[in-house]
Amino acid sequence: MEFFTISMLNGLSYGLLLFMLSSGLTLIFSMMGVLNFAHASFYMVGAYVAYSIARVVGFWPGLFIAPFVVAVLGAAFERYCLRRVHKFGHVPELLITFGLSFVILELVQLIWGRIAVDFPPPEVLRGPAFTLVNSSVDGMHLLWGAAPAAMCSSADAAVRIVCSPFPATRGFMMFIALVMLVALWLMLTRTRIGLVIQSALTHPEMVEALGHNVPRVFMLVFGAGAGLAGLAGVIGGSTFVTEPSMAGAVGSVIFVVVVVGGMGSLAGAFVASLLIGVIQTFAVALDYSVVTALRSIGVTLGPAAADSSFLKLTIAQVAPILPYLFLVLILIFRPKGLMGTRED
Amino acid sequence: MTTPFAIELKDLRKSFGKTEIIRGANLAVAPGERVAIIGPNGAGKSTLFNLISGRMSPSSGEVQLNGRRIDGLKPYEISRMGLARSFQITNIFGRLSVFENLRCAVLWSLGYKYAFWKFLAGLADANERAEQLLAMLKLERKRDTLAMNLTYAEQRELEIGITIAGGADVVLLDEPTAGMSKSETRRFIELIRKVTVGRTLLTVEHDMGVVFGLADKIAVLVYGEVIAFDVPEAVRANPRVQEAYLGSVLADAQTAEAGH
Amino acid sequence: MKPPANRYGALGPRDLIVWGIAAAAMLVAPWLFSSGLAVTMLSQMGITIVACLSFNMLLGQGGMLSFGHAVYSGLGSYVAIHALKAIGGGTLAIPVSLIPLVGGFAGLFFAVLFGFVTTKKAGTTFAMITLGISELVGAMVLMVPEFFGGEAGIAANRVVGKAVLGITFGPQIQVYYLLAVYTIVCTAGMYAFTRTPLGRMLNAVRDNPERVEFIGYSTQRVRYISFIIAGFFAGVAGGMYALNFEIATGEVVGAFRSGLYLFFTFLGGATFFFGPIIGAVLLVLSFVLLSEITKAWLLYLGLAFLLMVMFAPGGIASLIMMNWRIAKFGKLRGLLAGYALLALTGAVGFFGVAAMIEMIYHLQLNADLGPTLRFAGVELNVQTAASWLGAFAVALVGFGLFELARRRFALRWGEVQGQIEAAIRAREEPA
Repeated sequence: MEFFTISMLNGLSYGLLLFMLSSGLTLIFSMMGVLNFAHASFYMVGAYVAYSIARVVGFWPGLFIAPFVVAVLGAAFERYCLRRVHKFGHVPELLITFGLSFVILELVQLIWGRIAVDFPPPEVLRGPAFTLVNSSVDGMHLLWGAAPAAMCSSADAAVRIVCSPFPATRGFMMFIALVMLVALWLMLTRTRIGLVIQSALTHPEMVEALGHNVPRVFMLVFGAGAGLAGLAGVIGGSTFVTEPSMAGAVGSVIFVVVVVGGMGSLAGAFVASLLIGVIQTFAVALDYSVVTALRSIGVTLGPAAADSSFLKLTIAQVAPILPYLFLVLILIFRPKGLMGTRED
Repeated sequence: MTTPFAIELKDLRKSFGKTEIIRGANLAVAPGERVAIIGPNGAGKSTLFNLISGRMSPSSGEVQLNGRRIDGLKPYEISRMGLARSFQITNIFGRLSVFENLRCAVLWSLGYKYAFWKFLAGLADANERAEQLLAMLKLERKRDTLAMNLTYAEQRELEIGITIAGGADVVLLDEPTAGMSKSETRRFIELIRKVTVGRTLLTVEHDMGVVFGLADKIAVLVYGEVIAFDVPEAVRANPRVQEAYLGSVLADAQTAEAGH
Repeated sequence: MKPPANRYGALGPRDLIVWGIAAAAMLVAPWLFSSGLAVTMLSQMGITIVACLSFNMLLGQGGMLSFGHAVYSGLGSYVAIHALKAIGGGTLAIPVSLIPLVGGFAGLFFAVLFGFVTTKKAGTTFAMITLGISELVGAMVLMVPEFFGGEAGIAANRVVGKAVLGITFGPQIQVYYLLAVYTIVCTAGMYAFTRTPLGRMLNAVRDNPERVEFIGYSTQRVRYISFIIAGFFAGVAGGMYALNFEIATGEVVGAFRSGLYLFFTFLGGATFFFGPIIGAVLLVLSFVLLSEITKAWLLYLGLAFLLMVMFAPGGIASLIMMNWRIAKFGKLRGLLAGYALLALTGAVGFFGVAAMIEMIYHLQLNADLGPTLRFAGVELNVQTAASWLGAFAVALVGFGLFELARRRFALRWGEVQGQIEAAIRAREEPA
């Protein structure tokens, strides 16, 4: 039971992180028709910049400064590079963001090296946020913070106690993601600039004719999207790992999220992010393979089949490709995506 | 009547969300007839074309081509059955030359399909047909110019050329003379008349001079319904039509007629 | 404008001469560049030319941007290497020289399989699907060791089977000539494709996918069949790779290789048939030679790519063709001074940037060798401000002057273009 709860929470937190990234991606795509291939690179830059800042002044300033730095970089890129390429069509736009992702990867490796750097979360987030203590005698309790060692083991062999901690970093991730979500929603629906953005999403020429500086809006949206990715990077980098391959690892997943959710749909991205986040987190924890599944229903395979590495694959080993399998299935059965709105 | 209608619309309806654009349109066009579809802005003329040509599928109702139902079919399926359409916003192959544009448009009708084992240079019938079209459109001198480098009027001509290249029996032209000057329009109408000899023609038009000069019959589309379908004189006298147009378009028509 | 002598696109004597020269060059090249390294590089060029041309079938001819083309060449390599092992083991009795074809059919098979789902969508979504499939296959490399051989990959010996006319394919030079034949045949095949109905309709789909449906063609069917044909040629390239290197490892299907195809095909020029050939040659030269000169070669590559997308999206081929056109009208001489100035100022600016990049690399990787390094004949010290500021200043001055030169050049360019347009219009007027 506690395994399920903790895994669910972990899955949701990962899903929310994916949503932090895919929401910025979807916004940029909806507004500008550009799928920003370098979005995950902004994620990575956020992590590395926060890491450098944290080494000098600490984690918390980094949390605020790094996203801002990434936002400025993103806006500058839009202004000087992407804007120039708009007139060539969608393929060159995709190509330039692809090129950017490559250049960013090389620059990061140039400046910070090719091996992972140690970017720890701040002191206050290092322990568990809470711990579920499940005792076969007393039932389940929730303890804030870490459970003392004495509570997790029992002298009496007949009593089984399992302690399942939920990391504070994950909790923080969920918190920031939800705050960001609410702030984004409020901004889009309640502020004037949000209204302009919403209209520019579907009718950029009209908005420009009304006197709004649409190119500037584009630059702001792109910069803001990059900044959000940077923020996700600070959190992701300190929770998981900060290394050059982090962009590639999460990058392909968020593209899957965006396609599965339906290109251009924020709600779809939300649902798809959570779905993929939860499924992948559960999958990694499951050690069943086709062989064990068959064995559990009483079927034993002959030695040749039982030895086949394909059938011996556990769900945990297959976990990394689940998003892509999902992608293929969605494309076959529901090509518009879960909630697709904009076709290209 | 034993021969089926070339185009028949039976209580055709189309909604976008909650808004119904086409509200039960009925029309029966005989083979060989030239019909102009007129109506105020927003009446749904382009939507009607989109429904007939398969670009959109109707919410309900039937579209029949030569007696066979075509509503809900894909555009290429309808095209293969002998219906071709042009677009209001020029829709050509920008990076191909004028000749290549025309040659592409004849390939399917000559049966070449997805062949990658024959050379275009050796397809005598396709090349000859494309040359004929080129001559008909009087675009010989621009034969090897890339389509995106043509003038606006030349592109509209090419648009028509691509439309009729496949030899379709039923031709739909969506505002063919949009954006043209008076002299260009006159020349263009001659061209349309020449290339649609013996075919059924439906054309959406705003220019009344064109309408009266080209059409055997006029269909008036107002708020997604065909409120009149008759010879021009009868349509002009129709009180419902007069009401819909508030006299403004008819005044234009009278001026145009005076100018003939 | 005078129509070309071959009105319908048939090959004329001039085309045959160009092809003849190209084929002859390929056959004669090992005589001119006879070192072992050169022959290896030439072999790799052949393989990469076929791969990049097949990639451009999708990109340049069809407007389909694929981030996972290496999947098809890579899977072709794997199947080919297994076939090679089978020949060696005696279970397969086909000549070794047909191994590339085995790769081709593998590429074709997987293109049929994956292409159906992939070509359901277009544009950006298509690109994302190719990325997803690339990740899928890349992840499976470690999951199915029987086929992929895990981390170590699958190796085989190409000196197996019966030797025909004493050709064992042991020496690299023999492999080169076989690969050269395949390169020429495949290039000719892909060129021929561009002159068929399907090839032309693929171009039409690229230009206006919607209109295609209204002239009787199913856009998706055109894309799917073309995808399969491109997959076949990619597989042939993969088979050539397997024969040449006698091994297939995970990176042959990887995203990095797909990215390289994309980069260099685009760099060479996607809008002309011969563009990818230039790109493929540059790919091999960069990989083998440039990577030896500087560790930052991938960074320079990425920057060059960005600049290309922004300023010359037609690639090197389009730059060549543009200047060819100017030369045909006799106006090239007036631009030569401008080009020289651009080259000079650009080189200066680049020199400054490169110095800084090399210093950063030195700091990071060679710190234990001491603080000084030699760069282009100048001694730099990473610990002195002078070196850093100097490099920065050089870069600034160089690019500043470059921008000035560029603006002047742009004016001159515009003038020349105007003169050419006027000349064309004059020709079109009736006599």
